[in-house]
Amino acid sequence: MTAPVLELRNLSKTFQLPRKGGWFAGYIDHHAVRDVSLTLPRNTILGLVGESGSGKSTTGLMTMRLMEPTSGRILIDGADISALTPAALKPYRRQMQIVFQDSYSALDPMMTLARIVAEPLHIHGIGTPDDQTEQALAMLDRVGLHRSYGQRYPHELSGGQRQRVAIARALILRPKVLVADEPTSALDVSVKAQIINLLLDLQQEMGLSILFISHDLSVVRSLTDRVAVMFNGRIVETAATETIFSDARHPYTQGLLSAIPVLNPRDRRPRRFLTAEEIERGIPRLPGAGTSPALVQVAPDHLVEAVAG
Amino acid sequence: MPLVDIQNLHVSFPQHEGLVQAVRGMSLAIEPGESVGIVGESGSGKSVTCMAALRLLRQPPSRITADRLILDGVDMLKASRNDLARVRGKVASMVFQDPMSAFDPVFTIGHQIVETIRAHTDASLSTAKEQAVALLDRVRIKSPVSILNSYPHQLSGGMLQRAMIAMALSCRPKILFADEPTTALDVTIQAQILVLIKELQAELGMGLVMVTHDLGVVAETVDRVVVMYGGRVMEEGPVQAIFDDPRHPYTRALLNSIPGRTPGKQRLTEIAGQSPNPVNPPSGCPFHPRCAVALPDCATTAPATRPIGPGRAAACWGLQ
Repeated sequence: MTAPVLELRNLSKTFQLPRKGGWFAGYIDHHAVRDVSLTLPRNTILGLVGESGSGKSTTGLMTMRLMEPTSGRILIDGADISALTPAALKPYRRQMQIVFQDSYSALDPMMTLARIVAEPLHIHGIGTPDDQTEQALAMLDRVGLHRSYGQRYPHELSGGQRQRVAIARALILRPKVLVADEPTSALDVSVKAQIINLLLDLQQEMGLSILFISHDLSVVRSLTDRVAVMFNGRIVETAATETIFSDARHPYTQGLLSAIPVLNPRDRRPRRFLTAEEIERGIPRLPGAGTSPALVQVAPDHLVEAVAG
Repeated sequence: MPLVDIQNLHVSFPQHEGLVQAVRGMSLAIEPGESVGIVGESGSGKSVTCMAALRLLRQPPSRITADRLILDGVDMLKASRNDLARVRGKVASMVFQDPMSAFDPVFTIGHQIVETIRAHTDASLSTAKEQAVALLDRVRIKSPVSILNSYPHQLSGGMLQRAMIAMALSCRPKILFADEPTTALDVTIQAQILVLIKELQAELGMGLVMVTHDLGVVAETVDRVVVMYGGRVMEEGPVQAIFDDPRHPYTRALLNSIPGRTPGKQRLTEIAGQSPNPVNPPSGCPFHPRCAVALPDCATTAPATRPIGPGRAAACWGLQ
């Protein structure tokens, strides 16, 4: 079996936050991501879901080496990139790209779309300037923006169109891995569907693997093959997407699923919300588990955080 | 008599590119205690309709015209500043999408709620403070007194939205306009805020206008739905009927494009094309350039909103 295209091993990030009580009170450790291990098999879309503060975006940034992990390793195609110098990392940057939620701040307002999309080619010295422009225009066309858009500027576009440009820029280097951090969260329903379809088509066409970070479980259901659920910096459950929807075992996953708005008024139901403490108390007790919470296999391909009991 | 009675509302703003026609002939009637969802995408005119109803748009630059714009018997188009001050807060109040920018960052939450109460009633400072504590308690904030003494930046988005709802309810309005109140929030917090709004609506017997682009939010909270597109009403009716049997092609397309409706990784039914340009809206029905079943008439003449069933109406040539 070949190595997964992306693997995270025991990734952690600790931020030092100023302690309350003034300038000299010192710092307190905030564990944003704790011991996260994930694999992204080739040609799949993995959803990383959780709420604000769960550590999912931090995980995405560390995957891209846009933020240094406190500990742990990142492997692209089996190659450890977690300790590479910027120069040694550069060839790997071609293989992994990122799309952010806010396309407005992700695109340089002073550059035309053709330049924005061609810039990665320029940075990596691929092709002549004419080739670069031609490729950029072809890529714009591929994401659904006519070549004539090449001369426009980001402010002339709608949110959905800007997100298409961000996707074009990320994919022009033909990366193996795309990290997509809430790319559809700021979009309207009909535009959201367009971007989801575009990502699905491009994934198929280019043999991409996508780490799709989102808090929107409905989008995750339509787009992903597998899901990893994050809570409080930890992965608490991973399984095939439909398994998560039909057989969630962790109380946090269950809570997240029950919070999805109904799709028909007929299905309105009373809701019960768990506090963080209730979730921690409700961690499944399994005979084979250790004394501190850790992922345990409960079915083939289905891991849940559990403790002994 | 309806609490809110809007007939043929037009709102426009002059801008560089030309006149932005945000609302183009919107009519809406809401009975006391009724809950209505206004659904639409960015630029459909749903928020501007609410802002105009409360006269929260500065004139000029904005231009508001209507055959009728009446809130609880007050003609909002002719209302004086004093009349408006009486209507806002007491008859109708509003909750916005971004609670962080709706609160003043340099005053405590308590200060701002007390200020609102005292602007509308002759309560003493101490009574107003007591009322503020009671309000925060009512929106299920656990330690109301400490929240009262907090500044907006010290609270989470969900907490702030609760505080904002408390402030909106401080003068017991007859109707609450909630403009995308949960869009900026996490799923679980969104569910909590929606439950809260529904509970308060029932408790206080007030009307509710839920403005949202999220059909899930509508399915959760309201009795009646108004679907807007390009500044006009496309379809309206009881929520269950709209979800079970959407009649207008736009409503259908919108419902079909919701992700996660069926199990499995799959392409969604998208609505091709883009929302209309409000400076230069399409002739005829605003949806016709994207409509799969458009007729020749659709491009030339805008269809009027006609009844299509019990409590239902739609503006579509295909249904007439």
